[in-house]
Amino acid sequence: MPNSSTRSLQTQSPGYSRFIAQMSAGKRLSFYLKSKPASVAVYLIVVYIIVQAALTGAEAMGYTWRWYRIPDYLFQLTDDGFQWGEISIGLVKTLQLSVQAFALAVVLGLIVALLRLSGLLVGTGVAVGYLEFVRNMPLLVLLYLFYYVLGPIFKFDRYTASLLCLAVFHSALVSEIFRAGINAVNIGQWEAAKSIGMSSAQAYRYIILPQSIKFMLPPMTGEAVHLIKSSAIVSVIAVAELTTIGRNIISDTYLSFEIWFTIAAVYMVVTLILSVFVTFLEKKYAVAT
Amino acid sequence: MQEDAAIIEIRNLDKFFGKFQALADVSLSVRSGERVVICGPSGSGKSTLIRCINRLEEHSAGQLTVDGIELDDETKNIRAVRMEVGMVFQQFNLFPHLTVLENLTVGPMRVRKISRRKAEERARKYLERVHIPEQAEKYPAQLSGGQQQRVAIARSLCMEPRIMLFDEPTSALDPEMINEVLDVMVELAESGMTMICVTHEMGFARKVADMMVFMEEGRIIESAPPAEFFSSPKSERCRMFLDQILEH
Repeated sequence: MPNSSTRSLQTQSPGYSRFIAQMSAGKRLSFYLKSKPASVAVYLIVVYIIVQAALTGAEAMGYTWRWYRIPDYLFQLTDDGFQWGEISIGLVKTLQLSVQAFALAVVLGLIVALLRLSGLLVGTGVAVGYLEFVRNMPLLVLLYLFYYVLGPIFKFDRYTASLLCLAVFHSALVSEIFRAGINAVNIGQWEAAKSIGMSSAQAYRYIILPQSIKFMLPPMTGEAVHLIKSSAIVSVIAVAELTTIGRNIISDTYLSFEIWFTIAAVYMVVTLILSVFVTFLEKKYAVAT
Repeated sequence: MQEDAAIIEIRNLDKFFGKFQALADVSLSVRSGERVVICGPSGSGKSTLIRCINRLEEHSAGQLTVDGIELDDETKNIRAVRMEVGMVFQQFNLFPHLTVLENLTVGPMRVRKISRRKAEERARKYLERVHIPEQAEKYPAQLSGGQQQRVAIARSLCMEPRIMLFDEPTSALDPEMINEVLDVMVELAESGMTMICVTHEMGFARKVADMMVFMEEGRIIESAPPAEFFSSPKSERCRMFLDQILEH
């Protein structure tokens, strides 16, 4: 733990000051910059610059800030009692879409990865074909394909089209994460599992996949965050999720700055919560090999 | 199956890795209860040979029959053979995400489909036999190399195999841990298990082997009972090899 060691050094002051004094000027600077207060300070300065730039820009445009109108879009306390605002409803839709799409992407991705690793020529061929087709198409084009081409054929609505589009797009990336995670497990684990008579399915389920989780968690989190953010694209076919709601509110009220800042903050809160949660999971699955 | 019939019958086995021939016309038959020690310089095909016996390597030509089952592309046959043949690896290959006890029960429970209670009972019995009953709840990384290898032996035994294969089981161990593993292997040999060991531990070989096999460049150069093998090896190459490893 670098933090606790820094702290304990600071309390043992004679040794600590000697430790600092022995460093060259450049080293000392980088040592101080790595400390927690310095990181926070740098972060605050950066945020200040961004906010200041936005404020200056808005002022130059003659923009009138109306932040006081924002809370109503999150929730309302009226005579009828508590009510969720439009942004909150949009957030729920975004979460619903993201969770369902990610679940589907994981299932599809695992199937594609297993096909790829099956050693069967056909399996590998199908998997690689699928992967390259999906991965090399812009998400927006894929969405149009699902909504305007496949939608009318298979009779699915705009929500289903969005869900399938996101799931398919991310399944290609998820399958690569699975493949990397599975390949990261030592070949000896396969041999040991086979040598006690396990089938490939049993080896995957009891031996290989549990061990690959720790390799897959960090990129998988990145993928989930990526999916939540890319779900905003379905606003182009007017699925009533967070971004669509934001656009609608802006076209009604012209609160562009306030609404986009709020929407951005909401996405960030969701993805940060996700990252923190996964950090806990990573600790749980950190097994020594 | 009669007493004297071969439990492993290898006939004219060839194995190619690309263009490289790892095994060339290898024939060997092992009777039930027999202990065979295979030695030879590195790259001579010893490991490849025993890995063919449980089909971790697929042989390119020839015939291989284990416990009356011919090894071919039939998945059912391969798994049937693997259930009867235990294997101990140079690098232990314990499952690091499972405790010692779970390492021992996962095979019997998932492959043999016996109950958890029975599997744990059996696991504790074999941990006792490899002299580490007190380590059941630990994870492999918490054990020493010698302990890990003994757990690996116990894991194989839990499948109650009829044949045990050892692929240089002591080569990755610190010197002071070699004997604790060899002791367990000697006890296993004395219990009547059919064993094929690839090892350079000649003391162990002298003590337990019924048959010594010397391999070079994918061929069996010499096979003889240990007394004869060590005192009067027929081939020049085998004599040189023995001189080199017995020198110290």
